[in-house]
Amino acid sequence: MTPVIHTTGLARTFTTKRGTVEAVRGIDLTVPAGEILGFLGPNGAGKTTTLRMLTTLLAPTGGSATVAGHDLLRDPAGVRRRIGYVAQSGGVDPAVSVREELTTQARLYRLDQAQARARTTELAADLDLSDLLDRPCAALSGGQRRRLDIAMGLVHHPDVLFLDEPTTGLDPGSRVDLWDLVRRIRDEWGTTVFLTTHYLDEADALADRLVVVDRGLVVAQGTAHALKTEYTGSPDSSLQDAFIAITGRRTPAPNETPIAV
Amino acid sequence: MSMPSTPSTPTPPPTPAAASPPAARDAATTTPGRPEPAAAAAFVSDTLLIFGRYLRQTVSARIGLIFGIVQPLLFLILFGPLLRDVPLGGEGDSWQTLVPGLLVQLGLFSAAFAGFGILIEKQYGVVERMRVTPVSRLALLLGRVLKDIVQMLVQSVVLVVVGVAFGLRAPLLGVLIAFGFVALMTASLASLSYALAMRVDSPQEFAPVVNSVNLPVMLLSGILLPMSLAPGWLDGISRANPLRYQVQAVRSAFVGDYGGTVGMGVLTALGLAAVSLVLGVRVFRRAGA
Repeated sequence: MTPVIHTTGLARTFTTKRGTVEAVRGIDLTVPAGEILGFLGPNGAGKTTTLRMLTTLLAPTGGSATVAGHDLLRDPAGVRRRIGYVAQSGGVDPAVSVREELTTQARLYRLDQAQARARTTELAADLDLSDLLDRPCAALSGGQRRRLDIAMGLVHHPDVLFLDEPTTGLDPGSRVDLWDLVRRIRDEWGTTVFLTTHYLDEADALADRLVVVDRGLVVAQGTAHALKTEYTGSPDSSLQDAFIAITGRRTPAPNETPIAV
Repeated sequence: MSMPSTPSTPTPPPTPAAASPPAARDAATTTPGRPEPAAAAAFVSDTLLIFGRYLRQTVSARIGLIFGIVQPLLFLILFGPLLRDVPLGGEGDSWQTLVPGLLVQLGLFSAAFAGFGILIEKQYGVVERMRVTPVSRLALLLGRVLKDIVQMLVQSVVLVVVGVAFGLRAPLLGVLIAFGFVALMTASLASLSYALAMRVDSPQEFAPVVNSVNLPVMLLSGILLPMSLAPGWLDGISRANPLRYQVQAVRSAFVGDYGGTVGMGVLTALGLAAVSLVLGVRVFRRAGA
């Protein structure tokens, strides 16, 4: 079966006043359809830069990639039609109503007016947002906001949904609800989910497979079980211990500022 | 092209066979030369969508409508009466000299700050969220610019109506020509403003740049008093300022003279609009910007 994401030597260098920075040095990645992939790495490892390349926000300076059946370099517009992306900051205007944001988003994906309205109602019912449709986004709680952000990424039934730090800032109850939602999105619609996270318990509980990047390269990948066994010698040790063994660094604290690109 | 490559990676040509049928719907990627009807329709629909979104926001926020017009109105009401018996050297009375200048000033203080909206949206992640969708990059700019043009025309009508209440008399055709200049100037200044806002990270970087450009441009365009009063060196410098010719053209139109001065205004306005839009489009098309 064709993988939903396949990259070969995907790289990005930035030219700054002090010289060239190799943010991502060559990522080789294969993500099969229907997988929930946890993308981990210490701050500055190249997580965000990779995510921005895969979502067409940043042009790669090297390598190649196919995302959702389209070549990332030659056909970014094709990629955009088939992926959903939920940034850490969300992406809704607090002053705009939930309904208008969802409908506008559907229209941006070129659904016509009637389709966009129908899809808004359908998604709101599915993600428990129906009672909130006419509120401004600013009036939503953290958990409700996150559900809306994810709904925004799903308006066009994407093949793959990218989630950047989806549970950062959520209370424990909302986090668990969000995990259930992510599983449901995969189970019900077969959507591939690519998520970055700072929480290793989240990666352990939610992801089918983990990819660990460090210094711009993939340094380990496998199931949480396999990584624990391989790097600490015991499947019963914590993912944290495996992470430290892999990267030689402690876990990034969740309250640390995410790295800039 | 939706995602132009960086200098080190030349973009390969689109693959005609491999492209899936819906690829033809995207305006810039598959048909850089002559857009197909479907692509053109998608582009128009995208532009109207963006235009509608920001028009609704402007109307509901109201603050944007008030922000730009306060200063020109204050000049009109508190400064205009001072000029009534001052010899200004031009044709027409003092209102026919002042109001055209204030229309351009309105552009400088309203359209030039249009980019502020994008800076705020960037902080909410709205800009990135839209850039990940297939929406036309050009529509993201033009939809906003169209909204700014409509907003500026409404503000201009208010300014002219208040002007008439204070004693301005001008031929209708001349006033309509003036509104045409306002629309072109807004397209230019708003595009530049959006381009700048896309490139900087914070209002703290944005505002000083706009202010430091705006003030000399305003003073050198003869907004308050015609440049015919200026000494030679000052007059010379102001000739490098495209807005000078537009102020002169609007003044000329306000006294019913539609000759060479208006023509020079049209040329400079079109030139400035072309340069500004090209620059704006370039910034909006660049991935990651």
